[in-house]
Amino acid sequence: MELTLERIEQRVGANVHLYPLDLTLIPRAVTVLLGATQAGKTTLMRVMAGLDKPSKGRVLTDGVDVTGKPVRERNVAMVYQQFINYPSMTVADNIASPLKLRKEKNIDARVAELAIKLHIDAFLRRLPAELSGGQQQRVALARALAKNAPLMLLDEPLVNLDYKLREELRDELSQLFAIGESTVVYATTEPTEALLLGGYTAVMDAGELLQYGPTAEVFHRPKSIRVARAFSDPPMNLIEAKATQSDVMLNGSLSLALSLPALQSDMLTVGVRAGALRVDRRENDLALAGKVELAEISGSDTFVHVHTQVGELVAQLTGVHVFSLGEAITLYLNPAQVYVFGADGNLVVAPERK
Amino acid sequence: MARIDLELAHAYKPHPQRDEDYALLPLKMTFNDGGAYALLGPSGCGKTTLLNIVSGLVKPSQGGVKFDGADVTGRTPQQRNIAQVFQFPVIYDTMTVAENLAFPLRNRGVAADKIKQRVGKIAEMLELNGQLNMRSAGLAADAKQKISLGRGLVREDVSAVLFDEPLTVIDPHLKWQLRRKLKQIHQELKLTLIYVTHDQVEALTFAEQVVVMTRGRAVQIGSASALFEKPQHTFVGHFIGSPGMNFLAAQVNASGVSIAGKRVMEANLKLNGDDAITLGVRPEYVTLAAPETFGALPATVTQAQDIGTYWLITAHVGNGDGALIRARLNPEQNIPHVDEVVWLNIVGQHTCFYRNEELIA
Repeated sequence: MELTLERIEQRVGANVHLYPLDLTLIPRAVTVLLGATQAGKTTLMRVMAGLDKPSKGRVLTDGVDVTGKPVRERNVAMVYQQFINYPSMTVADNIASPLKLRKEKNIDARVAELAIKLHIDAFLRRLPAELSGGQQQRVALARALAKNAPLMLLDEPLVNLDYKLREELRDELSQLFAIGESTVVYATTEPTEALLLGGYTAVMDAGELLQYGPTAEVFHRPKSIRVARAFSDPPMNLIEAKATQSDVMLNGSLSLALSLPALQSDMLTVGVRAGALRVDRRENDLALAGKVELAEISGSDTFVHVHTQVGELVAQLTGVHVFSLGEAITLYLNPAQVYVFGADGNLVVAPERK
Repeated sequence: MARIDLELAHAYKPHPQRDEDYALLPLKMTFNDGGAYALLGPSGCGKTTLLNIVSGLVKPSQGGVKFDGADVTGRTPQQRNIAQVFQFPVIYDTMTVAENLAFPLRNRGVAADKIKQRVGKIAEMLELNGQLNMRSAGLAADAKQKISLGRGLVREDVSAVLFDEPLTVIDPHLKWQLRRKLKQIHQELKLTLIYVTHDQVEALTFAEQVVVMTRGRAVQIGSASALFEKPQHTFVGHFIGSPGMNFLAAQVNASGVSIAGKRVMEANLKLNGDDAITLGVRPEYVTLAAPETFGALPATVTQAQDIGTYWLITAHVGNGDGALIRARLNPEQNIPHVDEVVWLNIVGQHTCFYRNEELIA
């Protein structure tokens, strides 16, 4: 299904929840709505679903205006953060409920098939409350999939699960989305989750839609500092800089050899992704000496927070590295891997991709 | 402060028969005086039960707890002199920040000038000194939680400070700063700290020693590096890292180690015998290899994901129906695409071997 939002706005009293936006979802693909809490993701999803009517603008499905049409009359499946199931119904009846409502045939077979896909086939006779959180959310997902709706909206569906469960379920969901026919919208606050889901990403911030495109492209070519900030975890390192005739100066003393297009202003912001900072030196690298503030270890990566002459920087190193607080460290950076943003916050230069 | 020795088990029922009857299987463990420990595992693994046994909120069904050699099994948290910090702020809203921080000291009859000095120190460490005279009621959740942390840390004479997921209410962007604070505080105050969490970043960042738990069992106690490089148990390999370690069924015989019928390693004394074992290798250590390289396996790529700073490749051994291998590849190299057959190096100095889930080499 093709869902189009035309000049959608949402105001509640004097508060603007959504600034005017246009968006046409890529049909039968996953669109990730990425943004911090309060960015407007849930508000936008509620408009998409028909749970709320926008203050202005139109919602079109396959070209037909459905703006005022309530959710009951639309064919939409939703999954929320909280594990929402019918508490008095068994798992099987929960999954079967949308099918029964439509008086479909072969309900048992369909329920069994979905339960196997989501690894809950052993619990079909149980009540939701007898299951773990992860299993309860699987039931909610199975029910949403049973609906087989052309539009499926998921609002941070994995946020209340342990991270290992999240990893597993995210993998399975991507596979289900890939083979399904639905247009899927998936809201998350986590940049890494967006990258793992792939598809397309719409970056939102403070009620505005900032950028929409293929996920990897939005990540590698953020239109503005705001997009880069929203789509980086750890946050992109941002350093104030000044353009000179031949290079870019950081902090008045460090020179980055970069050629820039003609600019209106020489005030710049240089953006460095944490992964672009290394501890091993290569030729033509810029060296940034500093002191370790903290090394955060995630298991697969170590995030080293370093106090340097150009400010606080975070470097992402693969694997586990141990640093003591206050330890001296030098970070190395290939000038070809930096982003440059103009005085207006818009992208001027992005690293070239292979 | 105290050295804490545990030798105990905790069962759900009077006469436990099977492993499932235990919240905590029999264990023997020591927390050294002044150490920073984390108890890490998924929900239901027993980590909170273990913490509650240390604090004295739960009495183990077998065995006991010793503080500096003295049996404290029957004693309350107060008698054990334990400070605790919970998930949600526990403070007095009507008191000022300073009064809240002073409360545990005042309760114990500490002299006024000493209280002032200690409250000042803790407030400075937690960057609360600007708010000392403010009423706690008006503060944001994370400021309130900082006060709770401060209350936990303010007494010098505690046996240990126990934390139960203390950063749950903290905004993600502020978490790293509080993790750093906790680490600094540990270095300065040299208190024995035990920290329960299901979040691997928190555990690995905070603790000198992490106790990884699953199903009532502590499967490894070690540093972040040890858990990453040499997981003692397949659960640790799986749980630490995202994605976790790859595991491949392997066969050992006189001629060496084979996977899916392909010999990948010479015979090795540590892996002797005619035996089925499991080879473990982390996605970070799987590399692309030239065809027919010894130590590599052919695999069909089923997924290639651009995760921004690296590529995550999912491949299945052989024609795509064999065991799953994930590789994390640097974007500077040529990234294979879906359906391509690649050779993946899985044998190297970082490769681990397991028998019955336990590390053997």
